[in-house]
Amino acid sequence: MSVPLLVARGLARRYSMKRGLFGAPTAVAAVEGLDLTLDQGRTLGLVGESGCGKSTTGRMVLGMEAPDAGSIAFAGQPMPRPGSAAWRALRARMQMVFQDPLGALDRRLTIGAQVAEPLVIHGIGTRADRPERVAALLADVGLRPDHAGRYPHELSGGQRQRAVLARALATSPELLVCDEPISALDVSIQAQVMNLLTEIQARLGLTMLFISHDLRAVRQVSHRVAVMYLGRIVEEGAPDAVLHDPAHPYAQALVSAIPGQQGVRRIRLQGDPPNPADRPQGCAFHPRCPLAGPVCRQAVPELKPRPGDGRLVACHVAQGEISPPMQRAA
Amino acid sequence: MNLVEISGLTVRFGAAPALRGIDIAVAPGEALGMVGESGCGKSVTWLAALGLLPGKARIEGSVTLQGQEILGAPAATLDRLRGGRVAMIFQDPSSSLNPVHRIGKQVTEALGLHRGLTSAAARAEAKRLFELVGIPDAQRRLDAYPHELSGGQNQRVMIAMALAGQPELLIADEPTTALDVTIQAQILDLLNELRREMGMALVLISHDLGVIAETCERVAVMYAGRIVEEAPVERLFAAPSHPYTRGLMAALPPIDGPRRPLAAIPGTVPEPSALPPGCAFAPRCALAREACSVAIPPDRLLGAGHRAACLVADDALVPA
Amino acid sequence: MARFLAGRLLRAFITLFLVVTFAFVVLRLSGDPAQIIMGADAPHEAVAAFRQAWGLDKSLWEQYLGYVGSIFTGDLGRSMRDGRPAAALVAERIPATLALTIPALFLKLGLGIPAGIYAALHRNSAIDRVVMLVAVAGFTIPSFVLGLLLVLVFAVQLGWLPSGGQESWRHAILPVITLGIGGAAVLARFTRSAMLEVLGQPYIRTASAKGVPWRRVVSGHAAPNAAIPTVTIIGFMFGSLIAGAVVVESVFSWPGVGRLMVVAVANRDLAVVQCVLLLVSFTMVAANFTVDLLYGLIDPRLRTGAQGGH
Repeated sequence: MSVPLLVARGLARRYSMKRGLFGAPTAVAAVEGLDLTLDQGRTLGLVGESGCGKSTTGRMVLGMEAPDAGSIAFAGQPMPRPGSAAWRALRARMQMVFQDPLGALDRRLTIGAQVAEPLVIHGIGTRADRPERVAALLADVGLRPDHAGRYPHELSGGQRQRAVLARALATSPELLVCDEPISALDVSIQAQVMNLLTEIQARLGLTMLFISHDLRAVRQVSHRVAVMYLGRIVEEGAPDAVLHDPAHPYAQALVSAIPGQQGVRRIRLQGDPPNPADRPQGCAFHPRCPLAGPVCRQAVPELKPRPGDGRLVACHVAQGEISPPMQRAA
Repeated sequence: MNLVEISGLTVRFGAAPALRGIDIAVAPGEALGMVGESGCGKSVTWLAALGLLPGKARIEGSVTLQGQEILGAPAATLDRLRGGRVAMIFQDPSSSLNPVHRIGKQVTEALGLHRGLTSAAARAEAKRLFELVGIPDAQRRLDAYPHELSGGQNQRVMIAMALAGQPELLIADEPTTALDVTIQAQILDLLNELRREMGMALVLISHDLGVIAETCERVAVMYAGRIVEEAPVERLFAAPSHPYTRGLMAALPPIDGPRRPLAAIPGTVPEPSALPPGCAFAPRCALAREACSVAIPPDRLLGAGHRAACLVADDALVPA
Repeated sequence: MARFLAGRLLRAFITLFLVVTFAFVVLRLSGDPAQIIMGADAPHEAVAAFRQAWGLDKSLWEQYLGYVGSIFTGDLGRSMRDGRPAAALVAERIPATLALTIPALFLKLGLGIPAGIYAALHRNSAIDRVVMLVAVAGFTIPSFVLGLLLVLVFAVQLGWLPSGGQESWRHAILPVITLGIGGAAVLARFTRSAMLEVLGQPYIRTASAKGVPWRRVVSGHAAPNAAIPTVTIIGFMFGSLIAGAVVVESVFSWPGVGRLMVVAVANRDLAVVQCVLLLVSFTMVAANFTVDLLYGLIDPRLRTGAQGGH
């Protein structure tokens, strides 16, 4: 019954990074061979650690960055080139909420002016009914009408994030990409914003991509969860399935590292977080994986349904293609 | 005898109070957690205790280290103590290390200051410390610069540097906040191991109750420059008494059970310059009474080592 | 490294080429050298002969290409005024200029850096305010005004020091001070803000937290980091050792490179002007190049350059 709003296939994004004053540029693959489907009216939680490419994925999904390979289709149509007229028209239908609300707001404009801005840009409504529309949007995100006259620095962090959300909702978008929308906020405010996001998503039937490093937050707001590692999705499924019975060894480590769990044996990963400039051959996770075998060092595992329960997982071991080594101490 | 005792500590920056009377003690070898949201004063408490706040801060009260007053002690006394008997590590390890000095040098500097080790002896000891905190290839890493290491490795370097003076107390100020989840787990495990092995006391400052729960024996919850609740860690999680503590716990999304809207604390933390009269939490508190806005509520003893500064704490203990 | 050097050399070459071209265009289009050097009432034939002798009768393109060509072969031309090689004319003025600019450089460094550090360490104190007031005055007052002011006070009113000329070391005092004050002011402000920026960094707190005495925190931890942005300004000061004294040399009639250039420009003595400009831009380019190399030396992040903190 789920209808895809956005389908991405084989996405890749490579940057060239200069190392130091005298260095030659090297290629860094932020995203490599990523498939993603956003179902209409559902929230996909994209979780992973820094440098895994989740923010780059978010920008490509919005068409703010063109992929170097692969394709994105939005509502059945291919994503237009960034900057083209068709792309600008599409902007009203997809919006973004960032981590740092103060950076996302113009500190010289009032909140009301900034919420009205997308209406002006996309020619929505008349000048006369804009104040009413702005007031309605502010009410939607739990701000008072008098907040319209305030400047960003006069609001608290949580209120600013609400203002950013009101601005994103101004054009009645179908797709909302939230990139770490709560990680800059205090714990008590995070809960407020998570509640607001789930409430608005359900009420407006939005399709949402929720990008976060916080598995608890992802579970709280998402209908599905995708775990990313070094530019690829390694596991995808229902939140409780992934959190309570992770299939991929990386997802297992990630889940076991959630602080504050009683009686969970923690899987301690060896080594440093991965470096996108130095991607290992085969499965990118194999140097840190307690289960890796020779195949893992050569063949990139494909994200596909696991025999049995159909969980999407990209791992030779989880797929039963190779047997795990004798249980080593993790 | 307590290792550190802080009593009646107040700090103000200009007219705005940052701390409004902190009383807390750390026993030798104990792990104390300090939890609260940004601006609550959990870091300021320990920066003030060690004389690390900028000169414009007005500090009053008393901080003793094994009975000896250290608040306002002469610079030379504090220099011997900092990094010696009391060491501190910080939130963002990569910017907490000096970018132009090799990491080995930054550790040997501390060894020179507190243990009189120089040149080859200092280098050998730095290498031992690097191995102790789990830095691979320690010998070669001594000559690396901070930017050549990941955030997690830099935090290990910070810990090695803190251990250089063989401290009796390590203050860890949000040591894992800037790190990835899996790396955070590594660093917390390391801190736990080191504390057990070396018998040093630990003060873990964090906004994350989960992190505190795993590492500490006792917790102090702070709000708007005061400690609102203090308890042994199991007791705090079993019977949180202050409505703010309960609010913090309810705001954390669960990892199992049904998914429903979180019980978010309404409103925001008051500005230090515009604190409400009485209990600073009263305007956000569902249980607040008229009396809550009259005077700052006194501490109430609720059990062994359990206190809360709340007029309705006993009522709040009754599950809703 | 080789890539970096090659890129830098190419840029330096292009800079020098543009300077030469620019000077040619401006000087040749703003007046006829023959008319200016021979005088307005010189006989027509004499002017024509002068033009022919110096190739000024050819088309501008031919003159330009000929000029650039000779520079490439190392021939910097002769002065139209007295026929001597331009390079020699310029070279003999260099010591006089350096006699002003080198002591002035020491004054800038010796006064500006300590004043900046002191002001940063005692931020918002009375001394900080005084230092910054003097610094603002120091670089807003143009050097010719400051020079004339000093002459008025110390030469005319008090009669302590000579007002111009090059007879003894005492003649150098006022021009050196004039040159040094402005630079010291710039440097003081720069050092102060660099120092303030660094003192606010977490690693300074780390150093204090590990028990490093404050003086050593400043000298061992803050100063090396604050030096990184300051090097740019110091490099610029080195680059202006030759060219930085044009105004002051004119005010104090000091026979250095700067004064030579002023006279040569007035005369449209193309070869001499070009020669000075080449020298000036060469020292600037060389100073910039050195600064880039220095960055690599004092900032390890630029040396190996792997991006920090994943």
